[in-house]
Amino acid sequence: MVPWFACSAAIMFVAGLYISFFVAPTDIQQGEAYRIMFIHVPASILSMFIYLVMAGYAALGLIFNTRLSSMMASALAPTGALLAFLSLWTGALWGKPMWGAWWVWDARLTSELILLFLYLGFIALHASIDDPRRADRASALLAIIGSVNVPIIYFSVQWWNTLHQGASVKLTGTSMHVAMQQGMYTMMLAVWLYAIAVSLLRVRSIILERESKTQWVSELMEIKR
Amino acid sequence: MNKLSLIGLLSLVIRRDLVLAMRRRADVLTTLIFFIIVVSLFPLGVGPEMDMLRKMAPGVIWVAALLASMLSLGRMFSADHLDGTLEQMMLVPQSLSVLVLAKILAHWMVSGLPLVIMAPVLGLQFDMTTQAIGVLIVALLLGTPILSMVGAVGAALTLGLRGGGALVSLLVLPLCIPVLIFGAGAAEAVVSGTSVSSHLSLLGALLVMALIFTPWVTALALRISME
Repeated sequence: MVPWFACSAAIMFVAGLYISFFVAPTDIQQGEAYRIMFIHVPASILSMFIYLVMAGYAALGLIFNTRLSSMMASALAPTGALLAFLSLWTGALWGKPMWGAWWVWDARLTSELILLFLYLGFIALHASIDDPRRADRASALLAIIGSVNVPIIYFSVQWWNTLHQGASVKLTGTSMHVAMQQGMYTMMLAVWLYAIAVSLLRVRSIILERESKTQWVSELMEIKR
Repeated sequence: MNKLSLIGLLSLVIRRDLVLAMRRRADVLTTLIFFIIVVSLFPLGVGPEMDMLRKMAPGVIWVAALLASMLSLGRMFSADHLDGTLEQMMLVPQSLSVLVLAKILAHWMVSGLPLVIMAPVLGLQFDMTTQAIGVLIVALLLGTPILSMVGAVGAALTLGLRGGGALVSLLVLPLCIPVLIFGAGAAEAVVSGTSVSSHLSLLGALLVMALIFTPWVTALALRISME
């Protein structure tokens, strides 16, 4: 499955970048710099969503004691951390020309930063426990506690009076130009596919590493060769 | 053997932990002195202008309290873990959550309460008004138990790990940020003349939520760590 997702992610990336740089018109208020949004928005949304998926898998692993879901959770964490970092970074690049500052202590920015710390805490806790079963369960608990933060990020623009703008895309319609929308959806899809491809790849190596003592692994084609 | 009631268990564990803490007074004092030193470092670092210090004071005191409470977290379960008491405690027929709650309360009395008592003196050092100091104390009273409770979860998760001290800060500090924001916000609201009660109510709400969930989560974490 990995090559499929990876290939379609690559195609979507190229298409999305083409639309966002050449097709989508220049914004009246923000000029050319708004194009950062095409990476920023998908990365931010995915960083939140992956955390929820990760916490969900972690909860499954904790409750039903399934091994695969815990492995899935630990495979998702680095991708989520990367996307959270990307969203902060692109946000800073965008904030410099728009707000005149790389960083403002605004509710959404701060909570996204906490999200990054939560990802890092999850990875660090998982890495520092030698016994994989205990590592899975301890970090699962942490992931579930941390999921409180996700709705805070998502609603932070509505709850607090912040500098960060509200959502332009709503279910009932949108305030954006069609080409901009297409560009963003394509990029969103691309990031989705990328995240799935990378996590599947990572979970495969985690499975192989943990089950390296079992018979079915030693019978695999790649190992035998 | 007669069965203990929940309240009996609660007070028994609290009394035991307090006695243990009193036997090793240096541990308690280290936390307190650390708190005082960190707060006193700020005027030396940023310069002695009273206007600026007055504005910074709540934030500085809160950050120092947060760091000081991190310092003592490692001790919450580790001594009992090392001498095997914790394993015996987990075999107690009563709820482990209640036992954990008692340990958290004892920890707060030893490491949180002295900070609250010390805070007004430090507030005077920063030339805060009496009213601001009053609000600061109320906020600290509401907030420091939350720090102990959230910290307990982190301490239980990292029990017996190498490099546990740094790891516990990495896990717990992000979760303590809301407490810091509302706690420091309350005292700053007095300075800027806006409503204090919203910050204090939010802090109280956090306290109630932490009181309900964290003992239970800590008990779960302990079971994971001890298996």
